Amino acid sequence: MAAETRPKRPFRWHIGVFLAPALLVYTAIMILPLAGTLQLSLFRNIEQHQVFVGFDNFRTLFGDPNWSVNFWNALRNNVWFFIIHMLVQNPIGVMLAALLSSPRLRFAAFYRTAIFVPTILSFVIVGFAWKLILSPLWGVAPHLMDLVGLKSLFTPWLGKEQYALTALSLISVWQFIGIPMMLIYAALLSIPEEVIEAAECDGITGMSQFWKIKLPLILPSIGIISILTFVGNFNAFDLIYTAQGALAGPNYSTDILGTFLYRAFFGFQLQVGDPNMGAAIATMMFLIILGGVCVYLFLVQTRLRRYQF
Amino acid sequence: MSLATRSLPRTIGAHAILLTYTVIALFPVILVIMNSFKSRAGIFGAPLTPPTPKTFDLIGYTTVIGQGDFIHYFQNSLVVTVASLFFVLLFGAMAAFALSEYRFRGNTLMGLYLALGIMIPIRLGTVAILQLMVASGLVNTLTALILVYTAQGLPLAVFILSEFMKQVSDDLKNAGRIDGLSEYTIFFRLVLPLVRPSMATVAVFTMIPIWNDLWFPLILAPSEETKTVTLGAQLFLGQFVTNWNAILAALSLAIMPVLILYVIFSRQLIRGITSGAVK
Repeated sequence: MAAETRPKRPFRWHIGVFLAPALLVYTAIMILPLAGTLQLSLFRNIEQHQVFVGFDNFRTLFGDPNWSVNFWNALRNNVWFFIIHMLVQNPIGVMLAALLSSPRLRFAAFYRTAIFVPTILSFVIVGFAWKLILSPLWGVAPHLMDLVGLKSLFTPWLGKEQYALTALSLISVWQFIGIPMMLIYAALLSIPEEVIEAAECDGITGMSQFWKIKLPLILPSIGIISILTFVGNFNAFDLIYTAQGALAGPNYSTDILGTFLYRAFFGFQLQVGDPNMGAAIATMMFLIILGGVCVYLFLVQTRLRRYQF
Repeated sequence: MSLATRSLPRTIGAHAILLTYTVIALFPVILVIMNSFKSRAGIFGAPLTPPTPKTFDLIGYTTVIGQGDFIHYFQNSLVVTVASLFFVLLFGAMAAFALSEYRFRGNTLMGLYLALGIMIPIRLGTVAILQLMVASGLVNTLTALILVYTAQGLPLAVFILSEFMKQVSDDLKNAGRIDGLSEYTIFFRLVLPLVRPSMATVAVFTMIPIWNDLWFPLILAPSEETKTVTLGAQLFLGQFVTNWNAILAALSLAIMPVLILYVIFSRQLIRGITSGAVK
């Protein structure tokens, strides 16, 4: 019986037809340009011709102080941007989700919907609205701080070098808190009832139940959120561009890789745009993001998998 | 259910925290919309109070509608979003069906290849995308944006939809095959209607980033003809830095359509997220 050879099936054209459009668009607009960008970073435009220069662009990027100072500044700012997200956005998101998922909570749907509102707004709206609110001209922020007696602490945060980046990171946290909240909420809801009941039989309730039972079970979701935050942060551009412009002022203190890429690629004011240097920066961003994703896939996820049901 | 989770102080505490955060989340939005209906004196005199008959003024809206070509930008955004959405859903569903329904050589590899785009942002290819669009003469056309957004939305759409398509009963499809339906008819007549709810989820996920995107309109289609609402609002806000009435009105006009859509679809969106499709 088993020795029988399978009848040779005719070629199944429909599989190709189903796959072709998606594959075509995806390859042509996403994968090839990505590869093309990586390739462009190895070339340089010399007298209207693209000439292969090996790693020269990267040598310029890291060796020439005109570039390297900006690059390291952007990278440092980007890391700080990411750290604030991890330290503020994710813990608050987890806390909100934990509260939302407590049984028989009234108005849960209302809270859920309302807290997610900022996430659907565009960066342009978010950046400008906060710029107005924090502006000393309008005086909403100082007025509010006066109500709680903290008026002396007010400064125009977005205009001060030492505060601007942190302020913008917090605005971004404000905007995206809905995502960790929702994903953790979903994870908390999917914990089987029996596990919770078993914990309660053993007398583990309330806070200790959260720390000892629920938190370990939602670790995979926290891992996913971390990697999503990482990719999103190292690819961010819009919020900084809307709030501070392409020069990422004051004095480049809010410059991150996305705005740096934009300036290098398109040029700004006195600087002439250089697609090849832009490609080199995009390649660095690609490597950073790829590195993060690999760390997640090979180190974090394999260790977390044993918690999954 | 334990007593501890139901105790009164704990419930009050939970409500207090959630309510505080809700206020933080909604305050800027409400503040902007509220003040957009006020006169200049009202905006600066009492920013935190709702418009009264004395401070009520529509000057901001008349300026915006008179100055900016917002209706046109709005149309552009609508065309781009709807067209990209259509292609993402159609192509995504077709590819998801092929990957989840048939076993063929390279199936897993193809799935991984398509999933690559979930993690690697399309933005990093911008330099070459712009060259491609220049070479094909698509710069400053809505087609360029539609193509880019279709490519951007496909990976996640394929990933989510193939999860759902695996759940469609095999018996149903085989019954269709016995009745002599072609594979195409099975897909369009049997499978697609059954995965419609998950299509809606994917639609919402795909739509928000497209509607809100600033990067690609700025780079690929910055001309007056092809500006999207997001880019138009950005430039408009830059021009009217000192006209607070106009800025607040423009912001409100940009917020409201999204907010209305969200209120209509929030149930769908939240169900989509919490159903575990994106775990």
